[in-house]
Amino acid sequence: MAQIPDEEYLCKTTTACAGCPSSLCLRYVTKAAGHDTVFVIPACCSSVIQGVFPTTAFNFPVYNVAFASAAAVASGMSEAFREMGKETNVICYAGDGGTVDIGIQALSGALERGTDFLYICYDNEAYSNTGMQRSGSTPLGARTTTTPAGKPDFKKDIDAIVAAHNPVYQATACVSYPQDLFNKVQKALTIPGPKFMHVLAPCPPGWRFGSDETIEMGRRAVKSGMWVLWERANGEFAVTGASKAAMKKRIPVAEYIAGQGRFSTITEEQIKELQQQVDMAMEKFQKEMDGIC
Amino acid sequence: MLTVGTGNKAIASAVRDAKPAVVAAYPITPQTEIVEEIANYVSTGALKSRYIPVESEHSSMAACLGAAATGVRTFTATSSHGLVYMCEMLHMVAGARLPIVMANANRSIGPGWNINAEHTDSLSMRDTGWLQCYVASAQEAYDTTLMAFRIAEHNDVLLPVMVNLDGFLLTHSIQPLRTVEVGDFLPPISLPHAIDMDNPGGYGTLTTGDVHFKFRWDMERAMRDSVHVIEETQKAFAEAFGREYGMTEDYRTEDAEVIIIALGTMGKEMEVAVDQLRDEGVKAGSMRIRWLRPFPVLDLAGRDVVVIDRDYSFGYGGIVAGEIRAKTGTEVFSVIAGIGGQEVTYNDIATFVRDRRPGGELWFGVEDS
Repeated sequence: MAQIPDEEYLCKTTTACAGCPSSLCLRYVTKAAGHDTVFVIPACCSSVIQGVFPTTAFNFPVYNVAFASAAAVASGMSEAFREMGKETNVICYAGDGGTVDIGIQALSGALERGTDFLYICYDNEAYSNTGMQRSGSTPLGARTTTTPAGKPDFKKDIDAIVAAHNPVYQATACVSYPQDLFNKVQKALTIPGPKFMHVLAPCPPGWRFGSDETIEMGRRAVKSGMWVLWERANGEFAVTGASKAAMKKRIPVAEYIAGQGRFSTITEEQIKELQQQVDMAMEKFQKEMDGIC
Repeated sequence: MLTVGTGNKAIASAVRDAKPAVVAAYPITPQTEIVEEIANYVSTGALKSRYIPVESEHSSMAACLGAAATGVRTFTATSSHGLVYMCEMLHMVAGARLPIVMANANRSIGPGWNINAEHTDSLSMRDTGWLQCYVASAQEAYDTTLMAFRIAEHNDVLLPVMVNLDGFLLTHSIQPLRTVEVGDFLPPISLPHAIDMDNPGGYGTLTTGDVHFKFRWDMERAMRDSVHVIEETQKAFAEAFGREYGMTEDYRTEDAEVIIIALGTMGKEMEVAVDQLRDEGVKAGSMRIRWLRPFPVLDLAGRDVVVIDRDYSFGYGGIVAGEIRAKTGTEVFSVIAGIGGQEVTYNDIATFVRDRRPGGELWFGVEDS
């Protein structure tokens, strides 16, 4: 197990909400990436939690860019660094809206072109920065300010879409399991080419749970199978960490949902649909691990 | 070296000679030959650069932004729909003070589909903080693109530059082209705010109402300062390579009683009309506006002015006519002509002058205008 460095890149002056999972995620991402790293951040919670000019809570180079443009900006940045003979890491750090919705075209292009960068989507399952509107990543039945009666559609499977681009490294993680997250970022950055990570970020004000419950919500997501920790590198797929146990035995999806105010209007039928989706996804993962297509 | 080439080829040749480290581009008619030529230069090693074949114009400007932020020279080219699609990124690049150079092949915007010349595309990007130059020949396209890098990268400016050339009328016209040994004319780029790993900073972070306007004022100050940088650069270019350029290109204006004003290739066509009118005894002259941003100082006092716009601002009027009225206080006869490739000859231009109605507006070819 790799030692997580003591050095902090995120200063205490951050203006993040109490219990913020995105800043927690970024804390471990920066520790894993180290000094020679530039972050490209599109409009998202992480553009706001840096604080207000002329101060910044981020002690690393950050380029804040237009919502739809992160992966394309990273593309140009990476090519320029490589042309200069520099190995500088280029990391896009984007929310789910900037990834699965408005930023998907630039992401697809950058992946397809073999851009040497790491794209990290921290997924709080809505446009949290603007006060919790629905995104393509919002799960079925979740209330947002633009789905006041609960979302009638399923969460977009961005991992399958990214996988279709055959990136050199792809993984999921969850802020409740920082060692797993740290290891994956560190591993990804050793491989040249396009890398993608999808990190679950349970958001207290958005999901409507207490700010001291962020870690617990992430754990329940993994224990229920609503979120699965895995990685795919060099064609090898592996379920990692706590998800190994969840492959065999899980808590019911209903238990994950019960602690979150955003699911207050979810129907029994929708809970069943989510449970079915989890069970099917687990079977699919098991097959991939067993080498059955 | 004397050669021949289209306007597009001239731009690509200038980019080859300016040696940007990164070119990111997306093809669109009638700009396509520019990016094909550059891709070819990179492929054959004639240009040592990274060519990023992006998936859209929004991304071409975004990729240029990312590359330029590291402190390297960058270039892209587009046209029409591509330009308006990247509009958001034009603002981002200017606001980030990145000296990117872009060629824009002026073309109509649909519907209906029309791939011919019109200036509404670039004029609708007037307020993004880009310097804008309009050229009228392949030679001028080549020379101006080289100068554009020096102007954009000058530390008194640090704003992006858009070099505009008329779709087909210039992009596809084969003309003589004299390329140069660039040498010291174009010094290496030195971006004071390039990403520095030893001095990490936040670029484009949140700003409040008590500082944001100061960044905007800095942009305006740079835009004003760019006038002397443009003039110095054009002078240095003339000294090095023998070809002279101004903020405007004036033709027989000294004693002119009526002056015709236009952008781009129409600005050349009108010189023939001036000669024709002079032969008839009409004291005519022409001013082709090269630099629209920063807007040039125009001496129009006491003369009749005819402005030909290959563009329009609906509910207001010809865009260039409006700017001239506002900036000089001169009443003009505004002619809307050449939109979407409508043919306008020097005979037509001479007729606009003969039939001028100061304060009026004419849509060429529209009977009830």
